[in-house]
Amino acid sequence: MESKTEQPLEQEKEVKGPGRLSRMFLTLYDVYKFIARFFKEGFLPPYELKELFRQCYEIGYRSALLISTTGFITGIVFTKQSRPSLSEFGATSWLPSLVGIALLRTLAPLLTGLIAAGKVGSSIGAELGSMRVTEQIDAMEVSATNPFKFLVSTRVLAATITIPILTFYTAMVGMCGALLNVSLSENTSAKAFFQSSLEQITFLDFTASTIKAILFGFTIGVVGCYQGYNSSKGTEGVGKAANSAVVIAMFLIFIEEVVSVQFFSLFRT
Amino acid sequence: MEQKKQTDKGAEKVIEIKGLMKSFGNFHVLKGIDLDVYKGENLVVLGKSGTGKSVLIKIIVGLLTPDAGDVKVLGQLVDQITYKELLELRLKVGFSFQNSALYDSMTVRENLEFPLVRNQKNLTKAEVKHAVEEMLDAVGLLNTINQMPSELSGGQRKRIGIARTLILRPEIMLYDEPTAGLDPITCLEINNLINEVQTRFHTSSIVITHDLTCAKSVGNRVAMLLDGQFQRVGTFEEVFNTNDERVKPFYDYNFIQ
Repeated sequence: MESKTEQPLEQEKEVKGPGRLSRMFLTLYDVYKFIARFFKEGFLPPYELKELFRQCYEIGYRSALLISTTGFITGIVFTKQSRPSLSEFGATSWLPSLVGIALLRTLAPLLTGLIAAGKVGSSIGAELGSMRVTEQIDAMEVSATNPFKFLVSTRVLAATITIPILTFYTAMVGMCGALLNVSLSENTSAKAFFQSSLEQITFLDFTASTIKAILFGFTIGVVGCYQGYNSSKGTEGVGKAANSAVVIAMFLIFIEEVVSVQFFSLFRT
Repeated sequence: MEQKKQTDKGAEKVIEIKGLMKSFGNFHVLKGIDLDVYKGENLVVLGKSGTGKSVLIKIIVGLLTPDAGDVKVLGQLVDQITYKELLELRLKVGFSFQNSALYDSMTVRENLEFPLVRNQKNLTKAEVKHAVEEMLDAVGLLNTINQMPSELSGGQRKRIGIARTLILRPEIMLYDEPTAGLDPITCLEINNLINEVQTRFHTSSIVITHDLTCAKSVGNRVAMLLDGQFQRVGTFEEVFNTNDERVKPFYDYNFIQ
């Protein structure tokens, strides 16, 4: 008999006691059902638009400062480290395009994904976990409200929408950092720098970066929500949910990065 | 303490439970229990901690599924209806949680608005505002309307939790340990509130507790849950007028203490 709430009961989980491998497959199946439920319910009315916008704002607001700082510093450091190698070949004029491509293709999506996994993923995991153990999710269930739609769908969608925006913001801030570094060592105008950076960026770079960022955002949202929504064992469970949300999301982001680099390289000549 | 009216057993049954069983692994919590709740009555379920009292009401509201047995709520078998039908049924069944389960990121007003605006979409803003204020007034906490749950006392949180449940005008109320962790005066206030809800909103209720003062004060009938089964069901006096060694200590502890 299937539970109406899909709430795992700790006692049930413990006593069934399948082996480690079976448990892993059971968890994967559970995650698959969770994602399937998101696609089944997330796009159907009634829409929780107010909560969706609130989550988008929260995710952007929570990560903005850290992303700005990290992006800016990355731009400076990357430019500084790349200059000597390029100088050896007398190719310092390639620096803006190198930085632009590196930032857009990999650094910005990866940095944004990792920072958001830490800031946003942990926050979602802890918030939903705490709501689970204090029975707030059950309270939504019994008041005839679908908590999955209100809590999970909105957060996953918000992360999927916001992370790509933050990615391009990171790239832009990183470029500003690079410009600062370049300006300190040579006489280059901002217009010339950005022109030089952008002329090497292709539509494929832009598309690949967007797709990766969407994937990272979706991963952060799903992992955070899954861990929080299914947490148990009181405060210990909340801590575990927050921690797992970060660790698993970061691990998956690296795997997605490797796979997507391989995939998009097929389209590059 | 005012004597509660006896249950009218000719009244319609709002909850019918037959042969209900629930286990968690090898731990058999409910071992085939039968129970009827009649329209308009407050039924108190008494029992020690861990005897499955909360499990029982979570099954009634569909938060847990039974291993065996039938649970019929307002004529519908809870474990055999669709999720959509269950949501509709839940509009008629209010659940007051032991720890109130107020949404801690929302104010008191938003807590009460939350179920209302999602389930009664035709209401205007003014009607929602009126309904929220009316319900807070009914539990005597209109002055807390803009406060956050963290700013409320335990008793206030319980009252707000009950108000949030009542705002959907349920036919059945399920109270999970309504007086747990409260001082005697606040317990008395909560007991009075439960009785007031019964008369003012014409609800039928199941009250889960191990507080005999609460049981005596609010229950038309009392059901004693022991070893996974209801050992004694009747009025408070009928249940405790016994030499059963499993029941007597319960009474002695509560009242002698």
